[in-house]
Amino acid sequence: MLWEIDLHPRPGCVDREAISVVGDAVELGISDRLQVRSARGFLIESASLSEQQVDTLAGELFADATVEEAVCAEVGTQALSTPPNGADAAGTLVHVLLKPGVMDSVAQSAEAAASDFGLPIDAIRTLRKYWIAGADDEQLATVGAKILANDAIEQVVVGPLPFDRLQLGSEYRFALQTVELESLDDQGLMRLSREGQLYLQLAEMQTIQKHFAGLGREPTDVELETLAQTWSEHCSHKTLAGRIAYRDENGERQFENMLKETIFAATQELRARWGDDDWCVSVFRDNAGIVRFDETNNLAFKVETHNHPSALEPYGGANTGIGGVIRDTIGTGMAAKPICNTDVFCFAPPDTPADSLPPGVLNPKQVMRGVVSGVRDYGNRMGIPTVNGAVYFDERYLGNPLVYCGNVGLIPHKMSFKAVKPGDLIVSVGGRTGRDGIHGATFSSAELTSESESLSGGAVQIGNAIEEKKVLDAILAMRDRGLYNALTDCGAGGFSSAVGEMGEEIGAEVWLERAPVKYDGLSYTEIWISEAQERMVLSVPQHNWDEVQKLCAEESVEATVIGKFEPTGRLVLKYHDQIVCDLSMEVLHDGRPPVIREAEYEVPPIQPLVVPASANYTDDLKRILSSYNVASKQWIIRQYDHEVQGGSVIKPLVGVQSDGPSDAAVVRPVLDSRRGVVISCGMNPRYGDFDTYHMAASAIDEAMRNCVAVGADPSRVAILDNFCWGDCEKSATLGSLVRAAIACHDVSLVLETPFISGKDSLNNEFSYVDAEGHKHTIAIPPSLLISAMGQVEDVSQCVTMDLKSAGNLLYLVGNTFDELGGSHFALVNDLIGGHVPMVNAELAKTTFANLHTAIKQGLARSCHDLSEGGLVVAAAEMAFAGDVGATIDLGDVPIAAASLSDAAKLFAESNTRFLCEVAPESKAAFENTLGELVPHACIGETTAEQTLIVQSGTSGDTIVEASLSELKTAWLTPLNW
Amino acid sequence: MAKPRTLILRAPGTNCDVETAFAFERAGGEAETMHLNRLLEAPHLVSDFQILCIPGGFSFGDDVAAGRIFANQIRHHLADVMKEFRAAGKLVLGICNGFQVLIKSGLLDTDDDLGPAASLSWNDSGRYLARWVQVQASGDKCVFLAGCDQLHLPIAHAEGKFVVRDEQAYRGLDEAGQLVLRYCGVDGCADDYNPNGAFGDVAGMCDQTGRVFGLMPHPERFIDPTQHPKWTRRPMQDVGEGLPLFRNAVRYFS
Repeated sequence: MLWEIDLHPRPGCVDREAISVVGDAVELGISDRLQVRSARGFLIESASLSEQQVDTLAGELFADATVEEAVCAEVGTQALSTPPNGADAAGTLVHVLLKPGVMDSVAQSAEAAASDFGLPIDAIRTLRKYWIAGADDEQLATVGAKILANDAIEQVVVGPLPFDRLQLGSEYRFALQTVELESLDDQGLMRLSREGQLYLQLAEMQTIQKHFAGLGREPTDVELETLAQTWSEHCSHKTLAGRIAYRDENGERQFENMLKETIFAATQELRARWGDDDWCVSVFRDNAGIVRFDETNNLAFKVETHNHPSALEPYGGANTGIGGVIRDTIGTGMAAKPICNTDVFCFAPPDTPADSLPPGVLNPKQVMRGVVSGVRDYGNRMGIPTVNGAVYFDERYLGNPLVYCGNVGLIPHKMSFKAVKPGDLIVSVGGRTGRDGIHGATFSSAELTSESESLSGGAVQIGNAIEEKKVLDAILAMRDRGLYNALTDCGAGGFSSAVGEMGEEIGAEVWLERAPVKYDGLSYTEIWISEAQERMVLSVPQHNWDEVQKLCAEESVEATVIGKFEPTGRLVLKYHDQIVCDLSMEVLHDGRPPVIREAEYEVPPIQPLVVPASANYTDDLKRILSSYNVASKQWIIRQYDHEVQGGSVIKPLVGVQSDGPSDAAVVRPVLDSRRGVVISCGMNPRYGDFDTYHMAASAIDEAMRNCVAVGADPSRVAILDNFCWGDCEKSATLGSLVRAAIACHDVSLVLETPFISGKDSLNNEFSYVDAEGHKHTIAIPPSLLISAMGQVEDVSQCVTMDLKSAGNLLYLVGNTFDELGGSHFALVNDLIGGHVPMVNAELAKTTFANLHTAIKQGLARSCHDLSEGGLVVAAAEMAFAGDVGATIDLGDVPIAAASLSDAAKLFAESNTRFLCEVAPESKAAFENTLGELVPHACIGETTAEQTLIVQSGTSGDTIVEASLSELKTAWLTPLNW
Repeated sequence: MAKPRTLILRAPGTNCDVETAFAFERAGGEAETMHLNRLLEAPHLVSDFQILCIPGGFSFGDDVAAGRIFANQIRHHLADVMKEFRAAGKLVLGICNGFQVLIKSGLLDTDDDLGPAASLSWNDSGRYLARWVQVQASGDKCVFLAGCDQLHLPIAHAEGKFVVRDEQAYRGLDEAGQLVLRYCGVDGCADDYNPNGAFGDVAGMCDQTGRVFGLMPHPERFIDPTQHPKWTRRPMQDVGEGLPLFRNAVRYFS
């Protein structure tokens, strides 16, 4: 029997969901006369539940009687078709349900909570209900598709529910599948690669064919899947770690392993240079990079991307993105404790007109809302503060939004390394395995259409943060009791990747039927390659198994032995004692033929940038403050808990009203210590259109500036690279990436700032066919995110960017150049050309070091880095954040050339610059500390007036004048949703 | 005299247990964190403690409704030991999610003949919100707020709006002196001082004895002066404004 409990807002209580639907319908231009009522509901399947018991559940578990009223009935009953009050004018009933197989964490919790009542319940699912009036059928369909449900994970049912039971999977009958390779020609191999969604190249398919021919047998399906997963771009980074012949204006260069010879090589050289003072602990080998923090602890840091899933289902994509990177940190060494998150997003402008969207593309505003909610719900539930982030907008992210999720973890020195021991049990901990995240091969169209209740939700997933929180609690307790020898997370590739990596040096045997599954019907292959979330794999000595099991039970976490690490050098998979896979680890990990690619880069010719004559730049300033990249991200930041764990020192928003943009976040991960961790980032995809070398150098400089500006010690900053690029089979696209990697190498070496981990996401291109049948491809701009993790000895020495009081001096540190290329001044004025900002790394190193000394001595009352919008935007932000006015004379701006235009002084985005507020009594000490090498000058002062005034460097005329409130309004308004 | 012992009771999804334990220790007490599963196995363990604290977080994922599932566990399995605990004159504190648990478990004396008279529901904005608020303590009933006037503390919640069944229910709680903490305006930003639409601006309440207290703001997030959003704008304080709440609890037994 299937019961339904609906919860309606009590009369007099606000129907918030309905208001939101009505608002969205107006915003999307569907209708402005919609009338909506909403309810949330639970479907409860039980063979023997009585009506009275259902009422008990409704009253004591589901409804909050102060604000809700419950309607309970059997599915199909008339009582469920109308809302309890004002039923007459209610309109058409629409249900929204998660598709079967999609994670329904509320239902899971409800099942557990309901069983606590001792009632006989088989299964629970959630639903949402709407009664919609004032819409015709077409509008209703649009509302359903665009507002109420995302087809990737949800289904819409108009009218009564057409089923009377919840289907929960079907029985699986074992049959060993082999794949015929021997008879295939090259074309056949490639067809198999494509249609089987293996995505292997011809040389790789041929290698596999030859390998099995040598063995005198055909591969099983799961062997082929395992090879495809292990050799995939995602898992092996074969393009960037492969052979590349690179050519640019400096000539040709052959790489055997591009990443190893650029970014990784710089870190190796630095570590050798430092010798005994090397503070890197584990780089480019584990799930996250590790560096030394204090006497007891190290820090682990990793940033991942989750782009494609976020394009299809923004909430779930971002949700599982942050969940995944948190597992990376947990799976580092013997497990790190996550202490903060960082999130950087790239979207198309949110005001992109709906009618200009290519088919299959979600509205960017919807994408942005979904992504932010996804990160919010996972990070907040995990109890990890989200302290840093950035959002970039560019039309080219329309079909490919980027979602970078990062996590920092704290890990004791002696827990920083791990080693699987032969004989250890392979233990799966956490969530159950389902068809989640299995690539399309197992998620065939036949399954999708033949049964409406069939299990779906293949490619797109939703996370369950509480499951991961439980796993984290259990793992840290097991770690501290020394119950396991190694662990890793189940990410892309699921068990296949986790067990394959852990057993690489030893060998492993897995008993697939033992893996706990969410529902019946999974084949052995599905179990092996499922990417179901919230799972970790542990290597547990046999004698610790009982304790592991007990401890996990205490934390309500499922732990299951699924195999054993055996010193065989082989990966053996069994399903009820039948061998379904028997591969040598060597073939798996070293058998892939090298990928060889051509790359070339041609620097685009420099075009002059012509600044239109203007006597006043106030309006330009306001337009830059209102441009999406610069405008306040308060709407996002306030939805993230940035204080949980109690270590918040510098928050993402600072100043009198806590609404000024901080350069970086500072957290204190050890509660009785004043040592702090600093998190910041740098990125500017617009510079890549000019030269990806300077783009990369600028991104590093920006990340460092942000760190140093709040007080981080520049000699203890570790950085990460995340390359999101277009199709790197195109030599020019790959060339632009190689060039950026070379810049990373060069700048890292000079700044002595090591890269400790990184990740790439290639092929971010979106193709569609327009109404006329023409194919279009949108490639994202080269998008290199540099994430920085700095350290500060005593957080009480940190500074914030808000001006503190009138009567102080304003110092500009660093030279300004004629570098308006790619600037926000150029963006808001539609100007092209110009010189892109470059980095003088030698000078940057000295500048960071000396400025840090000054900040440490308390010589700067406030400090802000100059980035998007240049000097005047930084000055405006400092002034309105601190409610303190400022006057600036451009005549005093330090420049290297003989002269420089006012526009360039105001808006150029030259690197390695800071604006500092210095008390008059600190003047001499501040200047002496910066020293002669570091360009600096006093360019103005802070005032008691609530205005920002800038004088021309040539005429002395006032060229910017605005009240702080109008500047702040310009900055706060655009994204204040 | 031995330090008063606090039981920090955590459930799946609790995430403020570490800093809350730290706050009690800073205040001079002892703190022990225990999983709800353990206490359900052996409910008598609670009698070893003088203070019970349910910290913030998302117990059971806030699934169904924030604090509801945890509260039901208390109603179903821990009612007797909690009754003894309260009768022994001991203290109970619920912070944020802990407040949601307390109010839904009936431990704040909100149930009457018509059922629960008060609850915590969705913020008016419909969204999770993290920011700092000013709160005003009132009356002398609540042990935790003794000597407190105004406090500046952070909130971080989605379901923190105090709601009542009706006006009469509100008056009853108010007249009983249970509504002891309210959001209040500060100079310069008075218009949005109530962050969630709470009825009567209520940010926290106690039971009829004043020994059971729940509040939405997080006092454990303001123990060190550098946790304050504007610490770089003013002289460094000795301690944060959240510490007195924990000191009051610890000193109650000294």
